[in-house]
Amino acid sequence: MGTMIKVGMADMNICLPPDSITTLGLGSCVGVVIYDPAKKISGMVHVMLPDSTKIKNNENIAKFADTGIDELVRRMIKAGASRAGLVAKIAGGAQMFAFNSNSEMLNVGGRNVEATKAKLSALRIRLLAEDTGLNYGRTIEFYPETGNLLIKSVGKPIKTI
Amino acid sequence: MAEVKLEQMDNMQFDVLKEIGNIGAGNATTALSQMLAVKIDMKVPKVDLLEFKDMGDLMGGAENIVVGILLTLQGDIEGMMMFLLEKSSAQNIVRMLMGGMCSSDEEGSFSEMELSALQEIGNIIAGAYLSSLSTLTNLTITSSIPHMAIDMAGAILSVPAIEFGKISDRALLIETEFGEQETEVNGYFILIPTLDSYSQILTSLGL
Repeated sequence: MGTMIKVGMADMNICLPPDSITTLGLGSCVGVVIYDPAKKISGMVHVMLPDSTKIKNNENIAKFADTGIDELVRRMIKAGASRAGLVAKIAGGAQMFAFNSNSEMLNVGGRNVEATKAKLSALRIRLLAEDTGLNYGRTIEFYPETGNLLIKSVGKPIKTI
Repeated sequence: MAEVKLEQMDNMQFDVLKEIGNIGAGNATTALSQMLAVKIDMKVPKVDLLEFKDMGDLMGGAENIVVGILLTLQGDIEGMMMFLLEKSSAQNIVRMLMGGMCSSDEEGSFSEMELSALQEIGNIIAGAYLSSLSTLTNLTITSSIPHMAIDMAGAILSVPAIEFGKISDRALLIETEFGEQETEVNGYFILIPTLDSYSQILTSLGL
């Protein structure tokens, strides 16, 4: 058994077997896993906001879907992953509180998921599976050896995608 | 207007925010204590500038199950007010309010009625917090209806974290822990004003 690498909010990391990588308690944030199935090199980023260009304070690039995914891909290629073979799995983007106003706060989860997918498709990274939306938190664990993404939620059975 | 930069707040500004937490949470704790007819103690408020990655650990770990009640604030002060309870504390509160019964055990979920009771408690004590803040600063604050979620602490705290993410790489929280030893009612009040509202608050108090 390898160790489990922890990724915090607005944080990213790279993981190689036998290690696994996790992020705890995803709410409206999105956990993006990108991996190279041939070389088993994988990475995870925990993004909080959809778009870095709309925000003034954008020093932490892992905070945004656009810059976070760019940086993760860059680091993975540096670690030896092949650019053409990369695939992705995503989870999170829930709406934790049922606001019924039209404020922008309303559905940042949905917008995070949308921005993540747009960025992946712009980079031609195939999205293999997702578990997104709804109204509950998720803890995710990714195992590069098998390519399985485990999703744990409160009061629900463990899901594998 | 006082210029506020989250990363460069001085001690004076921290102290004022702490005092706000003290007065607001003091009133809220009193309201809760009267409602439950038990003595509840409050700890000295903390003003923390937290990195996002550490935020999940605030309530005993990102995966710890908590009850979160959230109100959005409008008027002169905008932002959010959050009231967090550990799940066991929420069960204790329900038991005290409903004469010893609570249908939820370790695994179970709350009944409609119990959820509604918790939400109302959130409403009353958040109201006590905000009205004292409003009196102190002479600013108008209106709050939304309370929204409630029972989930992992990390997931619930991601909601205010994202709001901070828009303006900073860290989150400034005015948090006050309260507790009662015998019956175990533990939780946090967290006031999350927007950056502009921080300036408003500090200006209104003459800083």
